[in-house]
Amino acid sequence: MILIFEKRLTRSRRAALLVPILSFVLALAFGGLILIAFGINPLRAYRVMVQGSLGSRYALTETLVKAIPLMLTGLGVAIAFRMLFWNIGAEGQLAMGGIAAAYVALFLSDRLPAFLVLPLMFLLALLAGALWGLIPALLKAYIGVNEILTTLMMNYIAILLVEYLYLGPWRDPEGYGFPGTAPFPESAWLPRLTGRVHAGLLFALLAALLLWFILNRTRWGYEIRVIGENPRAARYTGISIARNILLVMLLSGGLAGIAGMAEVAGIARRLYHGLTVGYGYTAIIVAWLANLNPWGVLLVGFLMGALLVGGDQLQIAMQLPAAVALILQGAILFFVLGGSIFVNYRIRLIRETHEPSQPVTQ
Amino acid sequence: MNEALIASILSITIRAGTSLLYATLGEIYTERAGVLNLGVEGIMMVSAATAFAVAYHSGSAWLGLMAALAAGALLALLHAFLAVTMRADQVVSGLALTLFGTGLASFMGQRLGPGGTTMVGLQGPSFQRTPLPLLGDLPVVGRSLFQQDILTYGLYLLVPLLWFYLYRTQPGLHLRAVGESPQTADAMGVNVIGTRYLYTVFGGVLMGLGGAHLSLGYLQGWAENITGGRGWIAIALVIFATWDPLRAVVGALLFGGINAIQFRMQAAGTTIPASFLNMMPYFFTILVLVIITWWEAVRKRVGAPAALGLPYMREEKG
Repeated sequence: MILIFEKRLTRSRRAALLVPILSFVLALAFGGLILIAFGINPLRAYRVMVQGSLGSRYALTETLVKAIPLMLTGLGVAIAFRMLFWNIGAEGQLAMGGIAAAYVALFLSDRLPAFLVLPLMFLLALLAGALWGLIPALLKAYIGVNEILTTLMMNYIAILLVEYLYLGPWRDPEGYGFPGTAPFPESAWLPRLTGRVHAGLLFALLAALLLWFILNRTRWGYEIRVIGENPRAARYTGISIARNILLVMLLSGGLAGIAGMAEVAGIARRLYHGLTVGYGYTAIIVAWLANLNPWGVLLVGFLMGALLVGGDQLQIAMQLPAAVALILQGAILFFVLGGSIFVNYRIRLIRETHEPSQPVTQ
Repeated sequence: MNEALIASILSITIRAGTSLLYATLGEIYTERAGVLNLGVEGIMMVSAATAFAVAYHSGSAWLGLMAALAAGALLALLHAFLAVTMRADQVVSGLALTLFGTGLASFMGQRLGPGGTTMVGLQGPSFQRTPLPLLGDLPVVGRSLFQQDILTYGLYLLVPLLWFYLYRTQPGLHLRAVGESPQTADAMGVNVIGTRYLYTVFGGVLMGLGGAHLSLGYLQGWAENITGGRGWIAIALVIFATWDPLRAVVGALLFGGINAIQFRMQAAGTTIPASFLNMMPYFFTILVLVIITWWEAVRKRVGAPAALGLPYMREEKG
């Protein structure tokens, strides 16, 4: 008996739908085994996670709070991945957005009319994230430098820059040694909708709409999709890959920058170490699980937000490391990756004969 | 600069470069088989945590080392299964491994201390520096090269061995063939799938060694985020080394040297803020990548194995 992968003539829609759902279930089982290995009852842990993240109105709003940066960075990552530009740098682009927004709030807000503060924070954060994303894009487009490594290295640099600012020149002089800047003035607070859920949620919804429109209704979106699906064909049809890399990374970095602005202006209302907690990395999982689809990113972003809040609840209720959430996220991605073969291939068991049956090829 | 200072800087350079070199060698062998493993950071992190936890509870650094190698092999096997058998996207699979590994290691670090507490700040068995007889007494060279721990000495043997195996032996030729042209290798009778599994797992073992050196040799303890991007720098060094184990030594020394300079400047009480000093390795990684990529393009040389990152589909050839 041997296993044979036969290429399907068309992608299986049933498999495309079933694989993520089954992956989620299997990842929970896999995560459960790890929890058991550490002497923890997985059913109890999962119940705490679900109740803490979805079980009440408060829990739901907290899940949305975490979902907002995941949605924004997830959208940014998804559009870059669409054209096979591996932007692993959303974390750093988010940090730069946070710095730019904090600069406006701390040093310009008292000289500006109050209604201009938030728009300027938004604009500068978008710009900062976009420019931080542009650097690796330029290096890739004109020299061919591996963007996975450059975007990643720039995360470390941006995070250290944030650290330098809130520990050094921007540190709150009246903060009694608190590692952070002074609180922002009220004109720099992003309005809240309910609970701690802030207007960043609207940014995320608008961004998804914008990306959907670009991808499906514009020539630019068409070029992005062609490059992603068949770079060689793109080159033959005269699509400039370099130009598209630059434009897409401006957009991708800009979205992450907005996420940074929303975090500092909507939640912390100051710049401190809690800005970079890994949203930009989880965004990779969000984008991939969503199949790089903008609406999918919103949905998966919400679910991953729930997972993160659930992790925090584990820490509070059961004194377990919140890292359980990260383990589960990674595990889900493993199963989705492993399962994606069933979308394009069908598996057949055949008896070994001297004359192997001809596999179907296109 | 006096002799003692030079010897001290060189010594730190080599110590700091050890884990980096193990990881780089592991990734070189993995990529030579045509498999891109971006999970180095995650593998090193889990191995470092495993090494320290096992060493602490068993009282033996050697047992810790063995456990770290097993952890590295196991995680690399997972990547091999996804990348080779399931033909998953190798970039995303590697990223998944790093994200998963970072979470797992953080979890272990907070749970595997005495009675389910944190491992941060614990002291456990480690690999101490042991001067080699005679050689260790040499001026400068002796103090820097031959007063190291056993894992660093291991590299003095491993590097030439890995180079010789890759370029001068039949299995080494097969390994390179699998990475360059799996179809040809297959026609030569080389088992492509098996080869890719073998060297991905072997690479994971070396990455595990690198992780173990962090928590048992270099830092001698566990700290949150202990690798600090070394896994990613190792991947950059593979490009710098143009997939050649000997050249990897130069890269690892370069980055070990940056660590040593950082160390010296901090000790000397520089006015440069620590955050900026800590940026140096990442900044230089980008700089080195830019220079090497530009240089290789000018010389019109393609360094990467031609089939790197591509799954091998035997039934779809022709």
